[in-house]
Amino acid sequence: MYIQPEHSGISKGGRPLSHAEDTGSRRDFLYVATATTGAVAVGAAVWPLVDQMNPSADVQALSSIEIDIDGIEPGTQITKKWRGKPVFIRRRTAEEIEASRNTPLADLPDQTSQNDNKFESDASDENRTLDEAGEWLVMIGVCTHLGCIPIGDGAGDFGGWFCPCHGSHYDAAGRIRKGPAPLNLLVPTSEFLSDTVIKLG
Amino acid sequence: MFKKTLLSAVVALGLGGNAFAAGDAGHIEDIAFSFEGIFGKFDQQQVQRGLQIYTEVCSACHGLNLVAYRNLGDHGGPSYEADQVKAYAAQFEAFDPELDDYRPAIPSDYFGNSNDENAPDLSLMAKARAGFHGPYGSGMNQLFRGMGGPEYIAAILNGYTGEEMEQAGTILYANTAFPGGWISMAPPLFDELVEFEPAHDNNVEDLAEDVATFLMWAAEPKLMDRKKAGFVAVLFLTFMAVMLYLTNKKLWAKAKRKD
Amino acid sequence: MSGIPHDHYEPKSKPEKWLHKRLPIVGLAYDTLMIPTPKNLNWMWIWGIVLAFTLVLQIVTGIILAMHYTPNITLAFQSVEHIMRDVNYGWLLRYVHMNGASLFFIAVYLHIFRGLYYGSYKAPREVTWIIGMLIYLAMMATGFLGYVLPWGQMSFWGATVITGLFGAIPGVGESLQAWLLGGPAVDNATLNRFFSLHYLLPFVIVALVALHIWAFHTTGNSNPTGVEVRRGSKEDAEKDTLPFWPYFVIKDLYALVVVLIVFAAVVGFMPNYLGHPDNYIMADPLVTPPHIVPEWYYLPFYAILRAFTAEVWVVQFASFITGGIVDAKFFGVVAMFGSIFVMALVPWLDTSKVRSGRFRPAFRFFFWLFAFDFMFLMWLGAMPADGPYASLALLGSAYWFGYFLVILPLLGLFERPTAVPETIEADFDSHYPPKSAE
Repeated sequence: MYIQPEHSGISKGGRPLSHAEDTGSRRDFLYVATATTGAVAVGAAVWPLVDQMNPSADVQALSSIEIDIDGIEPGTQITKKWRGKPVFIRRRTAEEIEASRNTPLADLPDQTSQNDNKFESDASDENRTLDEAGEWLVMIGVCTHLGCIPIGDGAGDFGGWFCPCHGSHYDAAGRIRKGPAPLNLLVPTSEFLSDTVIKLG
Repeated sequence: MFKKTLLSAVVALGLGGNAFAAGDAGHIEDIAFSFEGIFGKFDQQQVQRGLQIYTEVCSACHGLNLVAYRNLGDHGGPSYEADQVKAYAAQFEAFDPELDDYRPAIPSDYFGNSNDENAPDLSLMAKARAGFHGPYGSGMNQLFRGMGGPEYIAAILNGYTGEEMEQAGTILYANTAFPGGWISMAPPLFDELVEFEPAHDNNVEDLAEDVATFLMWAAEPKLMDRKKAGFVAVLFLTFMAVMLYLTNKKLWAKAKRKD
Repeated sequence: MSGIPHDHYEPKSKPEKWLHKRLPIVGLAYDTLMIPTPKNLNWMWIWGIVLAFTLVLQIVTGIILAMHYTPNITLAFQSVEHIMRDVNYGWLLRYVHMNGASLFFIAVYLHIFRGLYYGSYKAPREVTWIIGMLIYLAMMATGFLGYVLPWGQMSFWGATVITGLFGAIPGVGESLQAWLLGGPAVDNATLNRFFSLHYLLPFVIVALVALHIWAFHTTGNSNPTGVEVRRGSKEDAEKDTLPFWPYFVIKDLYALVVVLIVFAAVVGFMPNYLGHPDNYIMADPLVTPPHIVPEWYYLPFYAILRAFTAEVWVVQFASFITGGIVDAKFFGVVAMFGSIFVMALVPWLDTSKVRSGRFRPAFRFFFWLFAFDFMFLMWLGAMPADGPYASLALLGSAYWFGYFLVILPLLGLFERPTAVPETIEADFDSHYPPKSAE
C-alpha cells in the first residue's frame, strides 16, 4: 500500500531534508523504486532457473528428423524412432489404397483424421496419407488405447494393424475399426522434402 | 581482462609477453583476438575460416567430439545456414548403433574422435591450456591478458624453428612454445596451405590466428552470450546498488541525526 | 533473546493468534528479524549476509546442475560439457556455481578475519566461534568433493593426493583410505559417493548456520568496539542499538549488491581465472599433471601440509619420539588440520581483557603480519615445493602456529591497550556528531 508519488521533479534520490518535516511521498517513492528494482532482479534471476528444465539443445535437435524412403517397396513398412516413439512409414499397395478409399465414413468409430498436418478434417483416406495418390502412410506406431505397439503387415481383421495387448484392429489407413482404442493412429507433422526424403516434426 | 586494448598495444611493442613460470618453456605472444574484452565477439568470417582449416588440415588426426555439426549453425559462431550445415555434415560418416554400421552424418551427430591416438581431441584445447603465467605466481599476466589458451595454440603453430631430432624412434620437431622445446607433431601449417573464398591473408600467422579463433569458439560456443549477460548484469546491479545506497542513506539519516 | 530488553512480537489478528498458540513461528521470525543490533557495526559486518546468500545460491544452482550431471566416470566430464553447451543457460549455472564457491570462501575468510581482529570469538561468544569453525570445515569438505565431480585432471589428481593423506595415518591409514575410496585408487566408486556427499553436506551447513545464528542471537552481536550493549533498560538498549530490520537488512543488501557487481563481472568476463586449465582435460589415471594445485582457497593449508618434510628438525624429533610412527607425511597432515584447530582454540588462547583490536596497538601489528602470512602461504601453496619456497613455507607455518600459541597468549599479558569507549552510543556519536550541518 503506497502513496502515489507526486511528480515534483525531484531527482532519483532527492535532496536530504534539512528540516524535521518529512514529505512522505518523496520517501516512499524511493523505497517503491528500490523494491521494484529488486523485484526485477529476482525475476531476471529466476528465469534461467526455470528455463533450464526445458528441452536442451541436443534434445531439440532431434525434434525434427529426415528419413530416407528410397528403396521401400509397396506393401512394406519401416519403423523409425522419433521423439522417443516409433513411427510407421508404410508404402501401400494399390489394393490397400482402394480398400481404404472405399470405406464409408459411417463405419469409423473415430471420425477425425487425427492428422497434425490437416487440422479439423475428417477421417477419409485422403486426409490420412502424406501424398495425393495415397501411397505413403506416416503414423505414430502407438496404440491409442494404452500405448502398445501394433503389429502391421495386414494384421487384424481389417488388413492393417492389430494391437496384441487388448485386441484393437486398425485398417489399411491406420483407422480404428474394432476394439477398445478410441482414436485412429495419430499422423504427426510430416512432409516430403523430396521424392525420397520425408521430414518428421 | 580489463584495459585489454591498451595493454595488448603495450605488449605488442615488445614490453614482455612471456611465460616463465617454473616448468614451462617458450614465449607466448599476446594476440588481440576479436573475442577478447568486455565487448568481445567472434568474427563470423574468421570462425568460418578456422573451421575450414580444421577440416582441411587438423581433422586428419585431431577429433572434436564435443562439438555437434548442428553447432555450426548456432548464433555466435560460424552461423551457417541450415542447408549449409547439412551439406557439411554429410561429408562425414557417423556410427549408428541402431544400424550397427556407419552412415552419412546428419547435423545432430557429433564430430569424430581423434584418428591418431597421440593427437588430443581439440574441443576444449583453447581452455585446457594457459598461455600466460605469473609473474612469480602473482596471476597478474592472466588478469590483464586473459588465460592465453588461444594464444598458446597460435604460438605452437607459429613456433616451429625447422629443426628436427630423433629420439627413441620418434621424430621430434623444435618448437619455441611447447614445454620442453620439442613437439612430436610435425608442423601442420605452411604459407597459403589453405585458400579461402573470398580470398583472405593465409600466411602461417593468419592461419594460426584463424584456427585458434575457431578452437576458442569450439571450446566456448556461448562466449558471446556470456559476455552480454555479464554486461547487462553489471549495469543492472550498478543501478540497483545506487538505489540501495540512496535508500540506505535516507533510512539511516534519522538515526544519525537524532540524540 | 540476547538478553537485550526489547519489544516482542504480539499477534494482532485472529489468524495470527490462532497460529501463535499452536506454533509460534511468526513470532520467532519477527523477533529474529527485529533483534536489537549495535548501531555502530561497520562494513566488515556485512559478510554474514553475503555468506547466507551464497549458501542459498550454491544450493539452488547445485540442485539444478544435479538434474543434468551424471556421476559416472565415463560420462561425468561429458555431462558437464553437455551442461555448458546444450542445457538452456547451463553455461551460466555452471559458471555461477564454480565461481560461487570462490565467492563463498572470499567471504568466509573476510568474515573470519573480522572475528579475529575485533575479538568476536571472546566470551560469551565462544560457541558461535566453534560452530563457525565447524561450518568452515564443512565448507572445505564440500568444496573438495565438488571439485572432483567434473572429473578433470585436477579433479582426479587432487582427489588422489588428498585421499592419500588419510593413508598417512599410522596403523589405520591404509584401510581408512580404501574405505574412503571404495577401492585401491580413485575410481568410479569414489566419484559416485563424492557426488552423494557433496549433495548432503550443504544441508549440514544449513543446520550449522541455523545454530550459528541462534548462538549469536543468544549473546547478541559483537561490534567494532567490543563494548557490550547496555542491557539495564529498554531505553538504554535503544540508545545503543537499532532494530535489524530495516536498518541492517537494507545496509547488508546494499553491500551484497556491490559484491554481486564484482561477482557478475567475474562470471561474465573471467570465469576461468580462478580455476586451472588442466581441469578441462578429462581425468587420466596414467598421466600425472606437472603441477598438482588445489583451488586457491586451500592453498595456505596446502603450503603448511608440504612445509614439513623429512629434513625439518621438528619432524625428525617427532619421528624419533614416536619410534618412527610419525613420519613427514603424517606430520604434514597433522600440521594442516592443526592449523585450523589452533584457530578454533583462539577464544582460550587470547588472554586479552580488551576485545577489539581497535584498542590494542601491539596486537594490531601481529594481526596484520598474520594476515600477510595467510596471503604469503596462499602464494606459496601454488609454487613448487622445492628451492627457496620450502624454507619460506616453513617460516610461514611457524608464524601461524606462533601467532596462536605464543603471541596471542603473551600479548594479553604484556600489551597496553588504549582507552575503550564507555558505550556504543558514545562510539556511534563520535563518528556521526549530532546536529550535523547539511
